Amino acid sequence: MSEPLADVTGIKAPVYLKYRFTAGSAPARFLCRLKEGVLTGQRCPRCSNVYIPPRGSCPACGVPTEDEVVLSDKGTIQSFTIVSIPIPGNPIQPPYVVANIVPDGANISFIHLLSECVNEEVHIGQRVQALWKPAEEWGHAMDNIRYFRPLDEPDVPVERIGKLPVTGLEG
Amino acid sequence: MAERAAVVGIGQTRYKTRRNDVSIAGLLREAVDRALEDADVSFADIDAVIIGKAPDMFEGVIMPESYLADALGAMGKPMLRVHTAGSVGGSTAIVAASHVQSGTFKRVLTVTFEKQSESNAMWALSTPQPFSVHLNAGAGGYFAPIIREYIRRSGAPDDVGIKVAVKDRRHGARNPLAHLQLPDITEQEVRDSMMLWDPLRFLEACPSSDGACAMVIAAEDSITGSKPPAWIRGVAMRSEPTMYAGREEVNPQAGRDCAADVYAQAGITNPRRDLDCAEIYVPFSWYEPMWLENLGFAAEGEGWKLTLEGATSLDAGGDIPWNCSGGVLSSNPIGASGMIRFAEAARQVRGDAGAHQVDGARLAMGHAYGGGAQFFAMWIVGADKG
Repeated sequence: MSEPLADVTGIKAPVYLKYRFTAGSAPARFLCRLKEGVLTGQRCPRCSNVYIPPRGSCPACGVPTEDEVVLSDKGTIQSFTIVSIPIPGNPIQPPYVVANIVPDGANISFIHLLSECVNEEVHIGQRVQALWKPAEEWGHAMDNIRYFRPLDEPDVPVERIGKLPVTGLEG
Repeated sequence: MAERAAVVGIGQTRYKTRRNDVSIAGLLREAVDRALEDADVSFADIDAVIIGKAPDMFEGVIMPESYLADALGAMGKPMLRVHTAGSVGGSTAIVAASHVQSGTFKRVLTVTFEKQSESNAMWALSTPQPFSVHLNAGAGGYFAPIIREYIRRSGAPDDVGIKVAVKDRRHGARNPLAHLQLPDITEQEVRDSMMLWDPLRFLEACPSSDGACAMVIAAEDSITGSKPPAWIRGVAMRSEPTMYAGREEVNPQAGRDCAADVYAQAGITNPRRDLDCAEIYVPFSWYEPMWLENLGFAAEGEGWKLTLEGATSLDAGGDIPWNCSGGVLSSNPIGASGMIRFAEAARQVRGDAGAHQVDGARLAMGHAYGGGAQFFAMWIVGADKG
């Protein structure tokens, strides 16, 4: 008579995924300028909105975008959350602030880390600026910017968030 | 549409954190067998199988439908997979319904599932891309800033989300299939639970569940079963890009357009008055007041007042109960969550919702959304043909 087998309800079968990312011409150009420490966007010829990162077309109008615009690394907080959830393997220690930031000169936000701030004092309309890594560490990636940090400038009124020129609130 | 269609069979699994006792195929088969039995049909009576689920990496099984054909009785029949992120359960039901309404098939089996315990959805949603920083914030990290903006512009008091979290869990305690069974949950417990993504606390977020939901949808001349059919009175889907300048993220245009379309089909002019109840996709507490406004149950900026008045609570005798089954806040097998909303709306108008039945429900809405609140799927089902 054979020995009874232990119950097995599952096994670990890790999945690894490596892929070669084809950015497309507009994001490739964006990433190349990013490697030089410059944030760029593209302006829609129809609605005039400036997109970052540019995808080569306006998602609202469906037309090609070709006009490149150099943007500021200063921006405004459109909204944010304070992340406290512990995630295994996360290199960032909670609690940390993830903010939707609109850089001056653009009409859409991207998410980035906010640091050197009092989490409880972060607010919509607050002015922030990028803290870049040392230039020798720059690659084709948004984490060339280590994080954003508060800037000592007046808050932007809600109705003007996402509409500032590249010269900022006073421009 | 050419043909009237109705839900004649519904089958669900019990929702829970881990179903180690069954494979993916076994999980689906549980829901499917119950739906076939409810409709009093067998696989031989089914013309086509329409399956849906959320991203494959949620289980780490790529194209699971390709090995599920035999378990779902699809040998020799058309089989089709639908995918629209979190709204997929709703859009899968609509694809199934449309194939009957168009006259293509007489009877369609449709099933959706997620077995979240087999992989890690948070990881699967966070693949690194060079044009964005990798912040590991998950779905809650995406939606929390949108909720913050809703609170700012509506001036809603901070306990609205807490009240939704309590209400839906108390509803869920009436539903033996619900994952979370928290009949005694209090507002203080929700308030004291860990803040995960400010302003969202642990108890204001949905659980991770394993489970499946299936339905049999039949043409008017192919109705079976002993329970009354739930007549499909309207179906609508809309989508929009996740990101465009000036996008209304709090109150998405695609959601408003989708609701207007489905209401027009069903002859609804005032959803709060005309509907008896609704199953709406609320994975984070604050999405109840936000969708009350997006779907026209309340004026813009005033959805939270309905929540505070108890209008959406079965326990408080509200006039428009939302998520009597406990909703996504009580059970969230992601790919199935939308179909559960659609199926629970059908259970209500069939008078078959057990302890969470709304007395005399004749007309109900099922709703799902997905992606960055960019895919919407809705249906209206009724006890009457209309």
